[in-house]
Amino acid sequence: MQAVIKKKAIELLESGTVNRVLGWKAGEFFYDLTPAVFTTPEQIEKDFVYSVFSGANMSKYLIDESKKEGKVAAFIKPCDGYSFVQLQKEHRIVRENIYAVGLACDGMCDMREIREAGIKGVTSVEEDGETLKIGTIYGEKTMAKKDALLERCVHCKSKKVVDCDEMIGENGEENRDCGRFDEVEKLEAMSPDERFAFWRSQLSRCIRCNACREVCPACSCVKCVFDNPNSGIAQKAAASDFEENNFHIIRAFHVAGRCTDCGECSRVCPEHIPLHLLNRKFIKDMNELYGFYQAGADFESKPPVMNYTTGDAEPSIVYARGGDK
Amino acid sequence: MQRIGVFVCWCGSNIAATVDVEAVADALSKEPGVVFATNYQYMCSKSGQDMIREKIKELGLTGVVICSCSPRMHEATFRKTCESAGLNPYMVEIANIREQVSWVHKDKAVGTEKAIILGRAAIAKVQLNTPLIAGQTPVTKRALVIGGGIAGIQTALDIADAGFPVDIVEKNPTIGGKMAQLDKTFPTLDCAACILTPKMVDAGQNENIRILSYSEIEDVKGYIGNFDVKIRRKARYVDEEKCTGCGTCMEKCPMKKVPNEFNMGLDNRTAIYIPFAQAVPKVATIDANYCLKLNTGKCGICSKVCLADAVDYEQKDEILEEKYGAIVVATGFNPISLEKFDEFAYSQSPDVVSSLEFERLMNAAGPTGGTLLRPSDKTHPHTIVFVQCVGSRCDASAEKGKEYCSKICCMYTAKHAMLTREKYPDTEVYVFYIDVRTPGKGFDEFYRRAVEQYNVHYIKGMVGKVVPEGGKLKVQASDLLDNRQIHIDADMVVLAAAIEPDKSARPLATKLTASMDTNDFFTEAHPKLRPVESPTAGIFLSGTCQGPKDIPETVAQAGAAASKVISLLVKDNLVGNPCVAKPDELMCNGCSSCEKVCPYGAITYEDKPFRGPNRTTLIRRVAVVNPAVCQGCGACTVACPSGAMDLLGFSNRQIMAEVDAICK
Repeated sequence: MQAVIKKKAIELLESGTVNRVLGWKAGEFFYDLTPAVFTTPEQIEKDFVYSVFSGANMSKYLIDESKKEGKVAAFIKPCDGYSFVQLQKEHRIVRENIYAVGLACDGMCDMREIREAGIKGVTSVEEDGETLKIGTIYGEKTMAKKDALLERCVHCKSKKVVDCDEMIGENGEENRDCGRFDEVEKLEAMSPDERFAFWRSQLSRCIRCNACREVCPACSCVKCVFDNPNSGIAQKAAASDFEENNFHIIRAFHVAGRCTDCGECSRVCPEHIPLHLLNRKFIKDMNELYGFYQAGADFESKPPVMNYTTGDAEPSIVYARGGDK
Repeated sequence: MQRIGVFVCWCGSNIAATVDVEAVADALSKEPGVVFATNYQYMCSKSGQDMIREKIKELGLTGVVICSCSPRMHEATFRKTCESAGLNPYMVEIANIREQVSWVHKDKAVGTEKAIILGRAAIAKVQLNTPLIAGQTPVTKRALVIGGGIAGIQTALDIADAGFPVDIVEKNPTIGGKMAQLDKTFPTLDCAACILTPKMVDAGQNENIRILSYSEIEDVKGYIGNFDVKIRRKARYVDEEKCTGCGTCMEKCPMKKVPNEFNMGLDNRTAIYIPFAQAVPKVATIDANYCLKLNTGKCGICSKVCLADAVDYEQKDEILEEKYGAIVVATGFNPISLEKFDEFAYSQSPDVVSSLEFERLMNAAGPTGGTLLRPSDKTHPHTIVFVQCVGSRCDASAEKGKEYCSKICCMYTAKHAMLTREKYPDTEVYVFYIDVRTPGKGFDEFYRRAVEQYNVHYIKGMVGKVVPEGGKLKVQASDLLDNRQIHIDADMVVLAAAIEPDKSARPLATKLTASMDTNDFFTEAHPKLRPVESPTAGIFLSGTCQGPKDIPETVAQAGAAASKVISLLVKDNLVGNPCVAKPDELMCNGCSSCEKVCPYGAITYEDKPFRGPNRTTLIRRVAVVNPAVCQGCGACTVACPSGAMDLLGFSNRQIMAEVDAICK
């Protein structure tokens, strides 16, 4: 796959279709891949990486990249594709300046899962069909790829790239029975006290590094309310548990209806807080109250929370569902 | 820092009895920025207003807080007062210490404390107030009347008489509504058709009135003075312009078994039909549910016999887009369904009829040509039992019927009883009632005439059960005054079914954002002082859509609604509301969230140059609000993810300042 993508990237540069390519390169470690912009075939040959760790959703980078001179090539995985379309709907990126290459994807891996499987001192990870060949300082190990997948890939909601100029690999389909709300249902089944205890145990670890906000494609405001001293909720050190709770809850509200459930917030959280569950609770509620809705699945629809139809759930139903449920 | 004056009103004893006004003024005088605080018996009186004016001038006040009644009551009054003293009217805040304090609390200590807190919140807000100036919007000098019954017709005629164009949108093929189905009208017993049909013709011929029959409201956007309405003109498969109403198609139509809704299903009509002879517009309509040509493709007779070549099987629904300055709702009523009242055997015997069906049986243009015959065997009934309050004044726990009194049943039942006795003196007529309610000019005299001159048997009590048996209806009832059970072998039973708003009213209210009560009657802006206006500006109410009423009341209300519409349409411009949304361009993402939620279409976007780092220029898409169109609903301010959108006069900072002041 990497070879095909590199070839395509170089081809696009050399043919003059684009003058830049947005891709991944290795960061501090081989598995912590960082988004990068490549301008020459040589750079691509040398640094471009596409591996099982290319999870980063790079559509947010297109906000700035698509406003520069010339065209930029972007590689769009299915889950990135929803953010890509959602950002277009929000007029945040200039589509004409982008050449989008859709990538068929069968899941990205999480280094944490490999470590948790007891594999230490990892120096390389190679994909070999369904298994991962893992080189470590203690010798080569193997692991089933399905056991190393990112949470969002375990519950992959779609293999369909909604919008691209060409595909590498076969474009797939949505999968609504992906079980991604199972965890939310477990939380819903808890008593309010249990649920509060659960979230306190998670959110109390927050160090307010803002990584979740920085990576989130829906959090693309020119000026975030948490950075605006006039908003009354400007960023403060997490001096109290109220601050920790509030930040994440306000953020979940702000992206409600626009969150595509790309799962980046949880992927980048250094404290492993399952932030995606907050967003999924909103998505689940909206699906149940207003019918299934996937942000970024098309160019026309309005998010249910920003739309009004005469068939909408009456407020009484929303209240009735509240409380202990 | 503002220089704020606080004026605490006693409202006579309305406030002063439960709130220590002196203590409130004293406490508020110590708030930051307050340079003067006082209390007075009637702040809204001339001397109260004069005092406010004097203090503004004398102390150079830059903000005013009035602790008094609800802002709905006197905010406008005090704004005017302050404006006349040279203060911007939006520098005035009202702390509602009457409805929210004195009227809901009994303990003076509690009331006083809460009044001080609300006063403090208002002061905190005034600190952040800025002068606002209202713009003006032009008025579209045209009215829309929804519903073409007597209410809609009268409203339209009155508005048209004042010289303004009016459209009547009627969902049925003809205007006329329920009144067209009635036989005689109480208390004068003049024939309904004789007084209604000339009005229908007037409406049809008036050059200011356009009748859009067989049409429904699809969508309403906009606001007072400038509504954009989409009207669905349902396909009637007949060209209205060409049809002459000759009726040949109806004679030839082979599909003759369609229940005739105009006669309450008591007889049949053809698939292509004109509801009744005096219909306006007198144009045929094809009932798509029954037409053979439309359903099977075979037939086409009406098209062949039509000399005007008016039949068009290919006709489609059309959407008409129109602009109006005012909208009048006149959607009327229907009798309730009687399915939950089977103790009266309505579904078991055709001789148990509703009052509206009885109306058709008595009507010369009805299915029996005006001769009263039992629907079952077409014989003359000799004993008729009328049951009042069927579904009216029901207990809420019974879960059937309505809690309210339908108001018109006592009178029309007296009318039915009287007319029956007049025409057929050999008929015994019983009326079972809970109470007889006949207030109104000439109404009680009318009812007494039925009892005294026509010997109608009025019995206080309810019918418990009706059992059809051997061609008779066995009626079991109780006489509460004599405290005994009664058994009557009746030939017919007539049920005075409760009335309810038309089913189209609820979805319409949603489209109009007009409020309704739990019974789906439209609510008025004030039950006593603004009875024909909806709380939604520019929406007016006419007839039974607002509550049960008889024809005289309906016509009076229709005229009142028309006069309100006229007084709106004569204005060239409306002074707008300066409390409109305003985006902070520096924070705006241009994401269109606000545009998506704006119900008025007040938000557009433009690409604007901004100064970027290193002397560069960035072009950014930012929201622009048209203040003439914005109604200040605030939907955009909550939709905006970055908080770039704010509402002038109700900014987030102002509201948070109020909350902080309350929670201090």
